[in-house]
Amino acid sequence: MLNRDEDILKAAEDWQKAGHGVALATVVETWGSAPRPAGSSLVINDEGTFLGSVSGGCVEGAVVTEALDVIASGQPKMLEFGVADETAWNVGLSCGGTIRVFVEKVGQS
Amino acid sequence: MKLETLAALNAERAARRPAILVTDTGSGEQRLVKAEDLAGDPLRAELSRQLRMGKSGMIEAAGKKLFLNVYAPTAKLVIVGAVHISQALAPLARALDYDVTVVDPRTAFASPERFPDVPLVAEWPDVALPPLNVDPYTAFVALTHDPKIDDPALLHAFERECFYIGALGSRKTHAKRAERLRAQGAGDSDIARIHAPIGLPIGAVSPSEIAVAIMAEITAQLRLPPKEKEEAA
Repeated sequence: MLNRDEDILKAAEDWQKAGHGVALATVVETWGSAPRPAGSSLVINDEGTFLGSVSGGCVEGAVVTEALDVIASGQPKMLEFGVADETAWNVGLSCGGTIRVFVEKVGQS
Repeated sequence: MKLETLAALNAERAARRPAILVTDTGSGEQRLVKAEDLAGDPLRAELSRQLRMGKSGMIEAAGKKLFLNVYAPTAKLVIVGAVHISQALAPLARALDYDVTVVDPRTAFASPERFPDVPLVAEWPDVALPPLNVDPYTAFVALTHDPKIDDPALLHAFERECFYIGALGSRKTHAKRAERLRAQGAGDSDIARIHAPIGLPIGAVSPSEIAVAIMAEITAQLRLPPKEKEEAA
C-alpha cells in the first residue's frame, strides 16, 4: 500500500542529521477530488532529492521548487493548487480538486 | 519542524504509539501530543476524534487555524487458522491496509500456495504469537475451530490490549469455549471481549461473505466512538 509515510519522516530525520537542508511539505486541506488526503507528505533535501507525494504527481515539481526556497529562507509557506487557481495553466490538478500544502523547514530552532 | 520534534515523532511511530502533530499554520508553531498526554490536553476532544478516525485535518481553536496531523500505527490483523475463510479474509484485510499474519501449526493449511504473499507462521500459538507483538492496534481472530489451537491463541490475546478479538463458532460452540477458557484461568471480562459468533450479522454464508462480516465488525470496533459501538454490537 502506498499510504504509509514511515520512510518519509525517517528520511527527513536522517537527511537533517547528515547535514542536509531539509523541508517537509504536508497536505493540510483538500477540496473536491484531491488525489491524496490531508496529512500526506513529501520530504525534500537541498539537493532536490524528494520522497513521498502530495498529489498524484501533478504538483510535486512546483512543491519541490518552493521547498528549496523554504530551506534557504527558513520561513514556512502555505501553497495552494487547484484548477480555479490562476497558476492552473502551469501546475493545476488535472482531477479538478484543490489542495493546500504547508511547507516547512526541518531543523529550525 | 524542530529536529527534536521530528525525532520524538519518529520514536513514537517506531514504537507503534499514536501521536498527533499540531501545527499553527499561521505562525508555523508546532507541538507533538503523544497518546499518553492526550487526556490532559486542552484540545483533547478534537484530538481524540481525529485520532479515532485516523484522519488528519484543520481545526480552528482560539482564533488560530491548526492542522492536526494524525500518526496512527498501521493496524495489524493476526489470523489464527489458515482455513478457507482466512483465504478470503487475508487479502480483504490487506486491501483495508492491515498488516496481516496467518498462524497455523498445520503445514497442510499454512501453505504459500493457499496464501500467496501473506506472511505465514506454521507454528503453535505459544511459539508463533509472542514475536508478533499483539498491541492496541491489533485485531485478533481465531478461526481454526480446533480448541487445541484456538484456546491458547485466545488466552494469549487476553494478555494483550488488542482492540478486537473474534472467534469463529456458533453460540453453542462459544459457550463450550467459554467454559474451557474459564477452566484455564480466563475471567468473565476476558470472555466478554470475544466477539462470537464472529462478524456483523449480515447473513454471511460463503467464506468471502464471512470475511466481509468480520472486517466490518473490526472496522466498527476501530472507528466508532464507544457509545455507538455498544449500539452496533
